[in-house]
Amino acid sequence: MDLDFTPAELAFRDEVRAFFAKTVPAEWLTRVRAGLRLEPAELIAYQKALAAKGWGAPTWPVEYGGPGWTPAQNYIFESESARAGAPIQFHQGLELIGPIIFTYGSQELKDRYLPGIINADDWWCQGYSEPGAGSDLASLRTTAVRDGNHYVLNGQKMWTSYAQVASHMFVLARTSQEPKRQQGISLLLVDMKTPGIAIRKIETMDEKYTTNEVFLDDVRVPAGNLVGTEGKGWEYGKVLLDRERMVCSATAIHLPQVLDGVRDAARARKVGGVPLIETPAFAAQLAQLEIEAMALETMVLRLLADLASGADSGPRGSMVKLRWSDLYQRATALWMDALGPEAAHFRALEGEAPADMPYGMQGALYSRVTSIYGGSSEIQHNIIARRALGL
Amino acid sequence: MNFEYSDEQRMLADSANRLGADLWPSSDRLKLLEHFDDLTARTAAQMAELGWLMLPIAEDDGGLGGSAVDVMAIMEGVGRHLIPTSYVANAVLVPALVSGDPAAADLLAAIGEGSAKAAAGLLEPDGGYDLGWVECAATGSGADWTLTGEKLHVEDGADADWFVVTAKTDAGISLFLVRADAPGLTVSRFRAIDQHRHARLKLDGVTVVLIGEAGAALPRVELAVDKAICAHLAEAVGSMEAAHAATLEYLRTRKQFGVAIGSFQSLQHRAVDMAIALEEARSMSYRATLSLSLSLPAAERRRVVSAAKARVGQCGLYVGRQAVQLHGGVGFSDELIISHHLKRQMMLDCAYGSSEHHVARFVAPQVLGA
Repeated sequence: MDLDFTPAELAFRDEVRAFFAKTVPAEWLTRVRAGLRLEPAELIAYQKALAAKGWGAPTWPVEYGGPGWTPAQNYIFESESARAGAPIQFHQGLELIGPIIFTYGSQELKDRYLPGIINADDWWCQGYSEPGAGSDLASLRTTAVRDGNHYVLNGQKMWTSYAQVASHMFVLARTSQEPKRQQGISLLLVDMKTPGIAIRKIETMDEKYTTNEVFLDDVRVPAGNLVGTEGKGWEYGKVLLDRERMVCSATAIHLPQVLDGVRDAARARKVGGVPLIETPAFAAQLAQLEIEAMALETMVLRLLADLASGADSGPRGSMVKLRWSDLYQRATALWMDALGPEAAHFRALEGEAPADMPYGMQGALYSRVTSIYGGSSEIQHNIIARRALGL
Repeated sequence: MNFEYSDEQRMLADSANRLGADLWPSSDRLKLLEHFDDLTARTAAQMAELGWLMLPIAEDDGGLGGSAVDVMAIMEGVGRHLIPTSYVANAVLVPALVSGDPAAADLLAAIGEGSAKAAAGLLEPDGGYDLGWVECAATGSGADWTLTGEKLHVEDGADADWFVVTAKTDAGISLFLVRADAPGLTVSRFRAIDQHRHARLKLDGVTVVLIGEAGAALPRVELAVDKAICAHLAEAVGSMEAAHAATLEYLRTRKQFGVAIGSFQSLQHRAVDMAIALEEARSMSYRATLSLSLSLPAAERRRVVSAAKARVGQCGLYVGRQAVQLHGGVGFSDELIISHHLKRQMMLDCAYGSSEHHVARFVAPQVLGA
């Protein structure tokens, strides 16, 4: 058992550090610290810079374009990224559909789609949730009916983030009615330019355009865009959801960025003539979050070590997601406390909003959905109770 | 001991609920916000017509001399229907600040009939929420005063025609009245996440009018802000009640895994904790509001009001956050009323001092107060 990095890992760290130092513009900082996604054009530029360096898909195997890093290297990469104020890579292609394609997809699908994910030539969105199928995803009703060389999709998807900019969508749809709801579901890759797709923006409490309803009306998808075997989509989908939880490891490693935002805000503001950061009550609250963030970081390291040794990490992905969303919510709330009365100055009606606005507040608002998406906190508790505790 | 509204107060509560249901129905919040200016103007006009603007103004100032409980009856409805109004700053806080001074008679008449709006600039850049931290400076005498300095935040002040501000004179902390269009005054305006509109003031040699006695303002400011806080506590309770009711309805009707999600025990317990938080907040709101009419020593009154402000803020955030959580994705969308309740609770927690500030004021009223 040790926490040290080898000399080779330290050299790698220096290389990564140098790369981030010249790749991350200062204007991203507040948004990144607030845990907000950058604009699509910015994320695409960032992904292209990583791809040019050969680091476009850090967690992928070499044969599909990954760098072949060890878990320690992946950790170094993410933690240096966090340290430099870099954003988290957009995950829907890289972490959600990409791994499914290279694990279950045909050679044709691999050749067609994997490079576009790494080079950010394609942007993927996820067509899973439906109005009646949220936490209970298996109750989804969108249908895909085989018609010659095509599947014809009909139905409605919900919470499809970035459908408004996506070039492609991966969709779970019912290809047959089976007695067990998890059966008869298939995974299809859909070009967003296909006729019959309509998008409606969903207004969200952070006043940021992220997510949509997507209406599918006789959308014809080439049969070759079926991933794996017809009717087995639920199994692939479940792998996706597990992977989505693993994505939280990366986001958890970025948590110190939020605390940096809190700390800077508390340094900049005075209360009773004293910098807020020096007041005992505030310092204690920040310290509490730092302590819990340290515990979380160590949980993530153990998760990564399991990955390296091929051990089953059990429910610890769910644990990391629960702890991370809680800490992110409390950290952004403390950030808003640090702004004091100016937390009410969200947008200037004319002129400029105060420092950290609107992004800090948008982060505090956005944080509320992190205990809902990707398996709500309640569902994560169920998973841990069932899978790990045998209850 | 009596925690029931009088018949008159029940009528006030009913009319607040009618106004809210009529102008601010919860079903299509985003559509309403597209017509924000028109709707807030109609709201203000109805409030004037109903006599609400006159209600908190003292009888000696030409008002109706209503009690803090009368204001509470109105404000619960304001919170229940999320009416984005500057009523508390304009009709509760300012009249309490300027009461009894002939120099403010015209202003009070205008507030009472709804022909002008006022707000109070009491917070400064380095002072947090401490009302006693005043670096703005006023010089002069008699009817001739000049004020220079900065007010970081004026609650609900973006659309005010008049500002009441604190400043230091040789005698100590004093109150001054200034028109929003006074030469030398720069007003920056902001919108908050709950659609309330606030201001920041820069005053550079602005001619102002002294209100009350120079140097004696802080106790009056503390009392006036405590009245505003109590009005906000009632608003928070009304909003919590509505958010909780909507959540219960959702738990009963939303089906997942083939059953209503309200049949899941973990969600039932959460709904129960929300109900307890609501009851706790309502109790604290009553306690603080009723304490305003006992002639308590100022230090004791501040302690009760700060306790209530801190606890209601915490309970309100809990209920608002859990209402969003139990609604899932649709709770995070702005298309239901739920997210708007959470946003108002977040801002109510900040207004007139965050929970942290009031915990500190509770501990050491003799240090932070006058």
